[in-house]
Amino acid sequence: MQLIECPWCGPREEVEFHYGGQAGVPYPEDPAALDDVQWAQYVFFRDNPKGRFEERWSHAAGCRRWFNAVRDTATYRFERVQRPDTTQAGTR
Amino acid sequence: MADLLTRSHPLEPYLTALDALPDGLRVTAEPFVALAGLRVDPASGVQLRGAALPTTPNTWVPAGDGRLVWLGPDEWLVTSPGTAPEALEAEVAGVLRPVGGVAVDVSAQRIGLRISGPRARQVLAKGCAIDLHPRVFVPGSSAQTTLGQAGVVLLALDGRDDDAEFAVLVRSSFAGYLATWLLDACLEYADSAPTS
Ligand SMILES: [Zn+2]
Repeated sequence: MQLIECPWCGPREEVEFHYGGQAGVPYPEDPAALDDVQWAQYVFFRDNPKGRFEERWSHAAGCRRWFNAVRDTATYRFERVQRPDTTQAGTR
Repeated sequence: MADLLTRSHPLEPYLTALDALPDGLRVTAEPFVALAGLRVDPASGVQLRGAALPTTPNTWVPAGDGRLVWLGPDEWLVTSPGTAPEALEAEVAGVLRPVGGVAVDVSAQRIGLRISGPRARQVLAKGCAIDLHPRVFVPGSSAQTTLGQAGVVLLALDGRDDDAEFAVLVRSSFAGYLATWLLDACLEYADSAPTS
């Protein structure tokens, strides 16, 4: 089984983690101003690239913190992980 | 007339079987221990029961009659076998309140197991992906991880290569599962002497 590097706890088994979808999707500045199409776009639509993808992950069975990761969706290889509270990147 | 509820240890039904484990592995149930979960800013520099909060991930330190375990960047677990749960919560909350932290009694959440012996590492490694090598998982190390299918807090107490000792905190409702998992993991060692 694949090991995923938690920025705090270090390498842990994949099953300890929870996937959080695409990273960096900003909450609308004025949600009430959005029409249904725009709201649906924000809630349901995400990029789906083959290759490098910036994602959110949570170390659900460990420290329970959210962090960002860059993962290749074709190879499942994690390029780097990063704490949300710092721009300092962890590498694997 | 209502019957009085007597507190029973979730591992009680398994103690006889655990006692009969093959040489090289000892599994015992630890007495009930008071636990308090706490959240506080790691920069608060707060001292609890004579110890500073360990800020290095995956570590624990002795504190009073128990331990202070790192669970997350701003989250710890305090254990104390000799304090009443409510008293522990009140004590820790009293220390944390002035610096904006909180403490909650979680004594009913987990019970403790002690796993030791020359084969302890080998058996744990069957259900746990963290690096348990004596040079890596040294005494003072901890990990909130999974053992088998159960979430546990694993603490390294004694790191001797030939006779390691670990404490495992597991949710009470998973204790029976973990006991049967351990019994199953030890089956292959029956009727043979430890090799390491
Ligand atoms: Zn973690």
